[in-house]
Amino acid sequence: MEVIGYMIHRSEMVQRLFLEHLWLIVVSVGIAILVGVFLGVLISYFKFLASPVLTICQVLMTVPSIAMLGLLLPFFGIGFQTGVIALILYSLLPIVRNTYSGIAEIDQAIIESARGMGMKDYRILFRVKLPLAFPVIMAGIRTATVMVVGIGAIAAYVGAGGLGELIFNGISRTNPPMIITGAIFVSIIAVAFDLLLGWAERAKTIKY
Amino acid sequence: MIKIENLTKHFPGLDRPAVNKLSLEINEGEVCVLVGPSGCGKTTTMKMINRLHEPDEGEVYLNGKRASEMNQIDLRRGIGYVIQEIGLFPHMTIKENIATVPRELGWDRERINKRVRELLDLMGLDPEIYSDRRPAALSGGQRQRVGVARALAADPPVMLMDEPFAAVDPITRARLQNEFLRILDKMDKTIIFVTHDINEAIKMGDKIAVLREGELVQHSTPEELLDAPANEFVAQLVGRNRSIKRLHLIRVEDIIEEDADKYSVAAESGRKEIKDKLSESKVGALMVTDEQGCLLGRVDEQSLKKEGETAGELVDEIHDQVTADSTLNDSLSVMLESGEGYVPVVDEEKGFFRDIITLQDLLQEVRQG
Ligand SMILES: Nc1ncnc2c1ncn2[C@@H]1O[C@H](COP(=O)(O)OP(=O)(O)OP(=O)(O)O)[C@@H](O)[C@H]1O
Ligand SMILES: [Mg+2]
Repeated sequence: MEVIGYMIHRSEMVQRLFLEHLWLIVVSVGIAILVGVFLGVLISYFKFLASPVLTICQVLMTVPSIAMLGLLLPFFGIGFQTGVIALILYSLLPIVRNTYSGIAEIDQAIIESARGMGMKDYRILFRVKLPLAFPVIMAGIRTATVMVVGIGAIAAYVGAGGLGELIFNGISRTNPPMIITGAIFVSIIAVAFDLLLGWAERAKTIKY
Repeated sequence: MIKIENLTKHFPGLDRPAVNKLSLEINEGEVCVLVGPSGCGKTTTMKMINRLHEPDEGEVYLNGKRASEMNQIDLRRGIGYVIQEIGLFPHMTIKENIATVPRELGWDRERINKRVRELLDLMGLDPEIYSDRRPAALSGGQRQRVGVARALAADPPVMLMDEPFAAVDPITRARLQNEFLRILDKMDKTIIFVTHDINEAIKMGDKIAVLREGELVQHSTPEELLDAPANEFVAQLVGRNRSIKRLHLIRVEDIIEEDADKYSVAAESGRKEIKDKLSESKVGALMVTDEQGCLLGRVDEQSLKKEGETAGELVDEIHDQVTADSTLNDSLSVMLESGEGYVPVVDEEKGFFRDIITLQDLLQEVRQG
């Protein structure tokens, strides 16, 4: 009851933080998709890069989020950009790995017949490889997004805004309704993204 | 047209070359069949022609031009390629699959649509039904046909076909082979066809090149291969029953006498006419045809015991039939399958009844051979 009361009482602020949080996720994941798919495609052509790139992404993901933000702080300062960069680094692994494995899993006969017919490499990439790897890449994006929604709350620590502010302030002021409100809305965003991306993944997946 | 000179390819980890000093000439409009046991380098040879593999030594000439000096993309677009695994794009429709090369070549939409319909018709697949399906919704034989159609799309003068009919059952394969030979007749293409089935080689090839462990063992016409195998290996490959193999070389239409009249009755014929003709028929049965001359079924003594006055009422179901362009071996298989000593022959395009062919006819051919 207290929680609902809080939400109604501070609805304007909650709404602002909710949208901030959403924006933080959208920007971070958006950039991570571009960078991650690019890296995944790159290492599918240059196989010797695959293992180092994937290892680096893996290591990045195991850094505790507070430590990651602390490390980035001296370079990027307090604010939105630092949060975004941290979230991009966290979401790289699932996207890069799934792009790479999605392409690697394609039946070689399909690629071979495309090459044998005289399709150019970039055409094979855009017309054959990426469409066939789409479901796998999409699954990676979904994993990354859901994960980053949670980590995004901690980005408030470096002044990136978002629902994390409710949680941090709630903790320092010992205000449970504030903490719970923050947590509930973070969960709502996570579940919403999960459903939305899951639906997109299925809608674009052709059954064969 | 295609000249292969001293072609050699090593793969790392193999103690002998996959293809070793292979030289071969294929004339324009000729079907050259590469045959040999698994791993003898057939696929590798093909892939060196369209440069999916670069040879370690030797050269491929197309119309006198060195393949190694041609633009790789242009070279490949001029060579239709049906890979061993078919390799259709599963995320594209049949139409999009077939349109692959035309689209790469930048044809306009109308021209592409027209070409796709034309090819589907040619392959005996109704465009209305199949254009918008995906490969997963097709049978193995239909996929093979789409693979061939896709390779034919931009009308390349040269085709490389790597075991295009391997993945289907023997009956479907025989039908696809016959259809393909019929289609070939209308086009002027130089074809390299790979198989490890000697019977298919004899049936499809103008020339046969036998490979063994990457080396050419014999390059000759099917007849020569049967008559004079170059060595023990070829003799083994051809097998002992060479006179039966010869049945692959002869088409039904070459030996039938067009005795349609003698062995058929019209659907409206009465009992008297049936009885008279039956006594003349050497197979103890008559084919029943409709007014167009197409097969409806058959009648024999047994059918005459049934109720009914005309052949159309007495008619029994027929087990099977062969088209006139089938080989004698195809008709032998059908006879063995149906357990009858004869099989009716129909026109491959119109479906008219043309004659019957009997086991006796086949035996006679074998004895002559
Ligand atoms: N990419 C490759 N890397 C290494 N070895 C290869 C490669 N491709 C083929 N080989 C080897 O080269 C030899 C010839 O292979 P190829 O595929 O040409 O045989 P094939 O005659 O087509 O056989 P099949 O009838 O089984 O298709 C085989 O020993 C095979 O293992
Ligand atoms: Mg092969």
